[in-house]
Amino acid sequence: MIIQALAFYLFAGVTVAAGVMVIAARNPVHSVLFLILAFFNSAGLFILLGAEFLAMILVVVYVGAVAVLFLFVVMMLDINFVEMRHGFLQYLPVGALVAIILLTELVLLFGAWVVTPVALQTMQRPIPAVEEVTNTHALGQVLYTDYFYLFQASGLILLVAMIGAIVLTLRQREGVRRQSIPTQLARRHEDSLEIKDVPTGSGI
Amino acid sequence: MEALLLEYLPILIFLGIAVGVAAAAIGASLLLARQNPDSEKLSPYECGFEAFDDARRKFDVRFYLVAILFIIFDLEVAFLFPWAISLGEIGAFGFWSMIGFLGILTVGFIYEWKKGALEWE
Repeated sequence: MIIQALAFYLFAGVTVAAGVMVIAARNPVHSVLFLILAFFNSAGLFILLGAEFLAMILVVVYVGAVAVLFLFVVMMLDINFVEMRHGFLQYLPVGALVAIILLTELVLLFGAWVVTPVALQTMQRPIPAVEEVTNTHALGQVLYTDYFYLFQASGLILLVAMIGAIVLTLRQREGVRRQSIPTQLARRHEDSLEIKDVPTGSGI
Repeated sequence: MEALLLEYLPILIFLGIAVGVAAAAIGASLLLARQNPDSEKLSPYECGFEAFDDARRKFDVRFYLVAILFIIFDLEVAFLFPWAISLGEIGAFGFWSMIGFLGILTVGFIYEWKKGALEWE
């Protein structure tokens, strides 16, 4: 129990510290690395809550894919951060105003947050205890049958994301010689090789 | 809950050992080794001559496209895990539900293939 509490404070502390460093680090690539550290520690927190599946998905999807994507974005943007800091004081009042408005909205929203009893009733199944069934199993029991439409909708969203990414970023370049496997396979040695019978000592 | 966390105890111990070894290595080199700092020691080394330019340069957008496509298939695989272990209970409907999902993504995959998004040049 004491180990559990210690692990919680360790993971939570490192998560918050890494989150602060994401904003505070001068080098954007370091920010992304701190973000990855924050992801790992959140995975540790999820495990402490008993949500193994979420923890593993966090590592696989967020650390494995989203962090790589962030790295690419950071490297692609090519922002000169020293130059960006120039107008910092000039924009500070407007930025602070926007931040305060957002903070007030968030506080008001969370202050008035209540879970309606109706939502609890409409839940098709309560969360099973970890001792009875692992939570990957519990997800599998409801996700593909009870939540069929949502599941298929997520498939469609992924399809839209895939097509959108291709439409937005794919550029066909002119004058590029691509590998053409059919052409390669259709080549016969008669087309490209000529065998000459050279008599000994006479040359061609 | 306790039993579940107990299964993760080796990982925690491993993490502790890893942090300990890393701290010992850095700490020992700080304490024991002769310190003689020099800015040249930290500068990038490129076969003897000065580095040409900064490492922060623009990447081709194709790398980004590959990363996005990877995320999409990564998520698809994430959906497969709970399906695989509960397949015995969710019956034929659950099975075909996943096949439908995979079918939708296969449409995207065929589109991607035909567009040549995975081809490098």
